[in-house]
Amino acid sequence: MSRKTHDTDQAARRMVGVDVGGTFTDVFVLDEAAGKASVAKVPTTRPDQSGGFLAGIGREVDDKSTLSVVVHGTTAGTNALLERKGAKIGVITTQGLRDVLEMRRRDRPRTWGLRGDFEPVVPRALRLEVPERTLADGTIRTPVDLDAVRAAGQMLIDEGCLAVAVLFANAYANPENEARAVEALRALWPNAHVSASSEILPEIREFERFSTTALNAYLQPEVSGYLTRLDDALRDAGFAGEFMIVQSNGGVMPVAEASRLPVRTALSGPAAGVIAAAYIAETAGFPDVITGDMGGTSFDVSLVAEGQQMLSPQTSIDFGMVVRSPMIEITTIGAGGGSIAWVDKGGLLNIGPESAGSTPGPVAYGQGNTRPTVTDANVVLGRIDPDNPIGGKLDRLDVDAAARAIDTHVGAPLGLDTLQAAEAILRVANARMAGAIRLVSIERGFDPKRFAFMPFGGGGALHSGAMMADVGLSRTLVPRYPGVTSALGCVIADMRQDFVQTVNAMLDGMDTGALGSVMQDHVDKGLALLDAAETRFEARETEFALDMAYLGQTHTVSVPLAVTVTDGVVTPPTREQIADAFDATYRESYGRLLQNGVRRVMNLRSAVTGKRPKFDLTTLAPEGGSVEAARKGTRRVHFGDAWHETAIYDRLALPIGATIDGPAILEQPDTTVLIEPELHGTVDRFGNTIITAKEG
Amino acid sequence: MSEIDPITLAVLAGRMEQIADEMDATLFRSAFNPIIAEAHDASHGLYHATSGDTLVQGKSGLPIFVGVMSFAVKAVIDKAAVDGDLADGDIYIFNDAHLGGTHLSDMRLVRPYFHEGQLFCYLASVGHWHDVGGAVPGNYNPAATDAFQEAFVLPPVKLARKGAINSDIVDILMRNTRLPQSAQGDLNGQLGALDLGVRRMDALLAEYGADTVRAALDALSNRAEALMEAELDGLPDGRWEAEDYLDNDGIEDVALPIKVALEIKGNRMVLDFDGTAPRCAGPVNIALPTAVATAYVAIKHVFPALPANAGVMRPIDVRIPEGSLLAAEFPAPVGGYTETIMRMIDVIFSAMAKAAPDRVVANAYGTINALSIAGKRADGKPWVMFSFYGGGHGGSPESDGLNHGNAPISTATIPPMEILEAAYPVMFREWALRPDSAGAGIHRGGLGARYEIEVLEENGAEAFLFGERGRFAPQGVAGGEPGAMNVFHFQQGDHWETPPLASKIRGITLKQGEAVRLETPGGGGYGPSAERDPAAVARDVAQGFLSASEADRLYGAAWQETTR
Repeated sequence: MSRKTHDTDQAARRMVGVDVGGTFTDVFVLDEAAGKASVAKVPTTRPDQSGGFLAGIGREVDDKSTLSVVVHGTTAGTNALLERKGAKIGVITTQGLRDVLEMRRRDRPRTWGLRGDFEPVVPRALRLEVPERTLADGTIRTPVDLDAVRAAGQMLIDEGCLAVAVLFANAYANPENEARAVEALRALWPNAHVSASSEILPEIREFERFSTTALNAYLQPEVSGYLTRLDDALRDAGFAGEFMIVQSNGGVMPVAEASRLPVRTALSGPAAGVIAAAYIAETAGFPDVITGDMGGTSFDVSLVAEGQQMLSPQTSIDFGMVVRSPMIEITTIGAGGGSIAWVDKGGLLNIGPESAGSTPGPVAYGQGNTRPTVTDANVVLGRIDPDNPIGGKLDRLDVDAAARAIDTHVGAPLGLDTLQAAEAILRVANARMAGAIRLVSIERGFDPKRFAFMPFGGGGALHSGAMMADVGLSRTLVPRYPGVTSALGCVIADMRQDFVQTVNAMLDGMDTGALGSVMQDHVDKGLALLDAAETRFEARETEFALDMAYLGQTHTVSVPLAVTVTDGVVTPPTREQIADAFDATYRESYGRLLQNGVRRVMNLRSAVTGKRPKFDLTTLAPEGGSVEAARKGTRRVHFGDAWHETAIYDRLALPIGATIDGPAILEQPDTTVLIEPELHGTVDRFGNTIITAKEG
Repeated sequence: MSEIDPITLAVLAGRMEQIADEMDATLFRSAFNPIIAEAHDASHGLYHATSGDTLVQGKSGLPIFVGVMSFAVKAVIDKAAVDGDLADGDIYIFNDAHLGGTHLSDMRLVRPYFHEGQLFCYLASVGHWHDVGGAVPGNYNPAATDAFQEAFVLPPVKLARKGAINSDIVDILMRNTRLPQSAQGDLNGQLGALDLGVRRMDALLAEYGADTVRAALDALSNRAEALMEAELDGLPDGRWEAEDYLDNDGIEDVALPIKVALEIKGNRMVLDFDGTAPRCAGPVNIALPTAVATAYVAIKHVFPALPANAGVMRPIDVRIPEGSLLAAEFPAPVGGYTETIMRMIDVIFSAMAKAAPDRVVANAYGTINALSIAGKRADGKPWVMFSFYGGGHGGSPESDGLNHGNAPISTATIPPMEILEAAYPVMFREWALRPDSAGAGIHRGGLGARYEIEVLEENGAEAFLFGERGRFAPQGVAGGEPGAMNVFHFQQGDHWETPPLASKIRGITLKQGEAVRLETPGGGGYGPSAERDPAAVARDVAQGFLSASEADRLYGAAWQETTR
């Protein structure tokens, strides 16, 4: 099938972002030409998520050929890792090292208790050793025995392995042995799923590199199959545009690249949410924002300073399952709507970590859970409308059952009445959530007064007042469509590729020409991907940083380098420039330099980004309307120690400029926004609700 | 004392824990030496103004410090009482292990925290410095017969008076370390952590008021006591004994018994170490504070949900016999304290298993195996590769033990092989699990590891090992079998030798191309091996964790049926 290229009537077509979550599949459709956006929310289908995916798009778009771009934020990779549902795979590794994946970095699951064991995704019998050895300086001490590689490959094929990972010692320093092994394997392996550690992550630290590569192989058959099914289904429906996937780093990549590097999608969905939050907040005039995504079992926090997300170099998906590739930094605590409140033997009220999740869910859902959750407290206090439950499965929430559960499990042991007990649950839950926000802000030297809180997901906007009060955040910004933030993020994310190469050299005497050619290689590969893309880019950017330390230190600092790239050609930095950049970064991090210290360059990290055009968020803004017309009535809501007759508004019907004094509740199909008595909210020109303290 | 409502209490508990955690994080980030930065060999907390009891302690520091820090604070309280001039802005510093526990590498900073002119509590910071003088770089001297051969000894002295640092003290410290830059970096990091603690406490007291916070601290401590009492109430009354041995003290080849009698009566428990070996010549002695703190570590492993404050220990009477190696007086050498406290934890677990087999796991590998390989490069520059190695954890009531875990007293991770190979002229011929090392049981122990390290440097090298479990294997519990013992070999030409003291050796000479091989213990098994699922045995054989002959010997032949 021939595809249209991007220079043909792009403007007449539409962009779609699809975020598949655990419960709902969210779809965001942007029609730039018409200046319109629409959203849809449908149940996620399992096990094959493509059903919900297509149904969601189908809600808003009849003719798929009118779509120019479909961008997907996916949890397929995360779920396969968490539920251990990847493919049967094998490993071929250096003699003496078959157990690296199982030995980890000699850690344990929990500090206290010494319980728990660990099984890697590849069992020992499928981890085969071959004679080969490269030393740390890149010298090949033992050339790879290709006959042994072929025999091992055949054995893995016979065992029914669907993918294979080649994991050789020091392959970051010299990939030759791995490359030769992979070449031999690709000749006999029945599919494309052959991963080499030096291709996936040419970086020193064998466990992290092996783990990332093995998890990539583990995901490949599953994720590439899923993405191919989606791609085919879209094409069959007439879609002729470009299909892209959000990576954990917040950038998008073409679907073929995602099939090759599925491990980079491990945090795809949450990353898209943070991208959207950063853009919405900056557009609304708040470049400093802390996002809080409250789900059923967890509260995910991320910090955006001056419009920039924080990236962390690696994450553990679960104990011993390390993925090393740049990811948007998201801090998770176990305090969601479904988190269970309980009183321990010492008389202390605790929230979580146990959760009722979305099934059976809170007591008020009437699906079998009898222990009170955070959502039950919100229901009992009138903050959630029992007659219009979010999720659509139920007609009415069971307020009485929720109250009974709170009485039994919290009120009675603590000597509190139902309302006091419900308030207590919220206060302790809020304190935990506030703790997570302090962790990413105050503890890292960011002053919370500078920051706005942006709740997204279904439940966060019920807790924003508490976050402002407990942490000292200046205001809350509730985006117009908080329930589809990740889907919106898909539409605006840039295309980004990250590269790494271990250098491991002292700066004095380092060959900067060699460094320059690695930079050039990264730029070439990155730009080639951008060239191949059918999306248009407003700009192309390259960024370089070196992981550096003084000789003898193990912690490196990331030193950003100002490097000139003209028409795709890199001018390598001089040693003096690198030294100056290191000194500046080091001084900023540690206060002072080490006299006579020897500077060492550990890794080069490069990022190539194609900036995608951002759409005008006023597209989402309300048109017309009035506060009076939006007012739906009142409901009794409990705050502190009293019931307040509280005005209820249809949030989406409020006009730009509307101001609402608390206490008030703004309702929309998937979100409840609470404005507490001492706060007030205004609707900005994009339809966001800005909540601040009342004047005086 | 004012009463505190349960909600404020829950909120304040989290806030104060966060302060201690944040002090930990500040030091980890800014410390210069990897022992703190990577291995998190440090700790911070809040301590009682008059008793020194632990009020709140950070969650990310080294487990052993959770109990030992209050002794350091108590030592400062005693010193301040003698001096009689405690003031806001003072900071004490010392490393004397006989006063503060653990070993001389741990530098302790203790700062009184004043609120509105009144002493409110103490803040303290401890961190393992890279080098504090003594006979051996890094202070791990297996041949030390007194503290002076281990390190420079600093008693509690004022590093700061009313906010002004006494630079004389800093000068003395920096002249007594081989690595002054590293030491200065760690000192700055610890001072920074204390400063941060003060700022956070100021904010907390401004928000809640001193009375409320004090009431919360009391309530948390009482609550911890109540939790411990409730746990003990749930255990049967009785007296149970357990005994184990250290291989030797590194000087004389005589096994050293470590013995405990655990007695539970109602909601009280006694841990009596009567019968333990007397003070020895070598560095496996420990000071009394270390022994008491170790009992706390063991208890917290048995009851992981208990909070980290002194209330937990009130119902527990820890009896350490005078003159024993668990209460060695100054200047007995204590550098190898890790080995001794792990054996204490082992015997507490073994005794507890007899009281309540579902509450404990079998013994872990029980030795840190401090292995150093050192030499000179072609250009004459010295190099030292020093690391600790992992082993198997014990089987538990619900699962097999973890393969290749870290020591129960630590949370440190091992450096990557490639980082070691890039930094030192060595090559690991093997970095693997050790088959047939797991203690048999319903749930077997975790596997130990095999590390074989070849010297690549043409000048050769020297190797030193400070380990344990070369003669006495990690025990199983509830009927489980012991794991494999520690084995160390070194290559001399075309044959392999073993050290005369089994687990400790200094100064073996290795030529280029020769290697050492360390095979670390597996964990003990949990429950009778006869009751292990034959399919699980067959699986271990199929994965190569267990040889067929050992499977037959340990479990009988039933597993063979499952594979047909």
